[in-house]
Amino acid sequence: MSMTSFLLRRLALVVPTLFFVSVLIFGLQQLLPGDPALALAGEERDPAVIAFLREKYHLDEPLPVRYALWVEGVMRGDLGESIRIKRPVLDLVLEKLPVTGELALFAMLFAIVIGVPAGILAAVKNNTAIDYGATMAALWGLSIPNFWLGILLILLFSVELGWLPASGFVSPAESLRQNLLTLLMPAFVLGNALAAALMRHTRSGMLQVLSADYVRTARAKGLTERRVVLRHALRNALVPVITLGALEFGGLMSGAVLTEQVFTIPGFGKLIVDAVFNRDYAVVQGVVLVTALAYIVMNLLADVAYVLVNPRLRG
Amino acid sequence: MTAESLAAAAAPEADISDRPWRRALRRLLRRRAGVAGFAVVALFVALACLAPLVSPYDPLATDWLQVRKAPSAAHWFGTDEIGRDVLARIIWGSRASLLAGLVSVSLALAIGVPLGLVSGYVGGILDGTLMRLIDAMLAIPFLILAIALAAFLGPNLTNAMIAIGVSQMPIFARLTRGLVLGVKHEDYVEAARALGNPHRRIVWRHILPNIVPPLLVQATLAAATAIIAEASLSFLGLGQQPPNPSWGSMLNTAKNFVSQAPWMSVWPGLAIFSLVLSLNLFGDALRDALDPRRG
Repeated sequence: MSMTSFLLRRLALVVPTLFFVSVLIFGLQQLLPGDPALALAGEERDPAVIAFLREKYHLDEPLPVRYALWVEGVMRGDLGESIRIKRPVLDLVLEKLPVTGELALFAMLFAIVIGVPAGILAAVKNNTAIDYGATMAALWGLSIPNFWLGILLILLFSVELGWLPASGFVSPAESLRQNLLTLLMPAFVLGNALAAALMRHTRSGMLQVLSADYVRTARAKGLTERRVVLRHALRNALVPVITLGALEFGGLMSGAVLTEQVFTIPGFGKLIVDAVFNRDYAVVQGVVLVTALAYIVMNLLADVAYVLVNPRLRG
Repeated sequence: MTAESLAAAAAPEADISDRPWRRALRRLLRRRAGVAGFAVVALFVALACLAPLVSPYDPLATDWLQVRKAPSAAHWFGTDEIGRDVLARIIWGSRASLLAGLVSVSLALAIGVPLGLVSGYVGGILDGTLMRLIDAMLAIPFLILAIALAAFLGPNLTNAMIAIGVSQMPIFARLTRGLVLGVKHEDYVEAARALGNPHRRIVWRHILPNIVPPLLVQATLAAATAIIAEASLSFLGLGQQPPNPSWGSMLNTAKNFVSQAPWMSVWPGLAIFSLVLSLNLFGDALRDALDPRRG
């Protein structure tokens, strides 16, 4: 299969997924009990506002018509308006996206720097104390609730030692140093579970590759173990890790909601939680939609990267 | 194939219920980490069931003379911001966590497994459509979907459990479908089909029993995820509502008193961590025990 036809097939699969995502997110509104206009108005009880919402969201129209109109709006970038802040949802989302993006990027960096070397080491030292230690650490990483880890780190590094700020966010444009200091703990907390997952994936990938014929051949040629592991085995072992890493992106976004709440970071996660409590449903829908789109794009890119780095899949 | 050979080929349906399970149990008992995990889970279940008997205090009783008291002989885990006993709230809070694990996973299994069975067995357009729907659900990160559902349904423990169950459903549907595709052309399924069994019987009596082990492992691991998810939703204020105890909501309050009363954060977090770690240890051991290739 050529690269172009693979891409086309992969893109074709995205279309029905996008359709169902849109149906699901639109359908969320139908879960609201009672009159949706009243629910959408939140605390606002002004009849004029309710009438405005009824007209704006075409609540008197049949469901399929409302869905079509909603999709049309989304295609034009109209994700609705925040009832609370009185601003377009898209603006709010775009405003918060760089904050969560930076946090996620640092978290991923932490995860890669810790997870991949630990996975390699565990596989190379298979069935030794190092392997058991790394495997156990990964299990701990997957089992520890990140909001609790955040509280413990605040207790140690902010309250007891006073080394790092306990909460808040400083934009890198304002002060890069402060920005990095405020993000250090949240990024570690958010990257912790991903590091554990990457460690597990890398370890199992390496274990499979290390027993392959070409690795045995490389060893038989008299290459040093370091060269065999890093040049021959790791390259191939990391191929599936790319796809699995992209699948973990969802976990990163879920974790961001809690991490931002613990460290009071004004990002995407805080936006959705605040919207939930303000009954700002358009914002909730907007955040879910953008997160789902980001996930779909990440997976698409991961699949393309998978084909690009795997010579057997290239046409 | 003769009728006898067909019947012989279909035999695994009856046979698998006995020896392989006993062998798996022996393998499971050899894994000390898994057994320890099971013991801790059993301890939490016992605490939850016996809460009225073992709890030292009423978990809702406030005592304004005992506000934020450090652990002592009278209050082993200390007291919270309105003088309630933290240990009593941990014991009673285990009910919310365990219930969330049980109910959410049961819901996810009850919807996901039949969907996966139908999708994998029938195939064709139905399979394609269902799998795109599952893809769409998987595209929305688990906790974000659960938050959105809990937001629209209303914040309480029941809705949180529904939200978690619905969010976990696609994993079971996808897994079940894959397992069905793996076994649907096995000899014993073909034999059952050739003997004239109706589709429903083939799916429920011949395919389902043979794919139970991986589903069981996934259910154990999903219970761990559901417990963290319930704690997360309660931490955000979308699960168990005050004053009823839940480990997540206890942490939500505790984060405001990190410097004055650190014990308020330590114990509920430790409870979530030990229960989830134990379930993960047990799930991993179960997977190894049920998969002969893992030795």
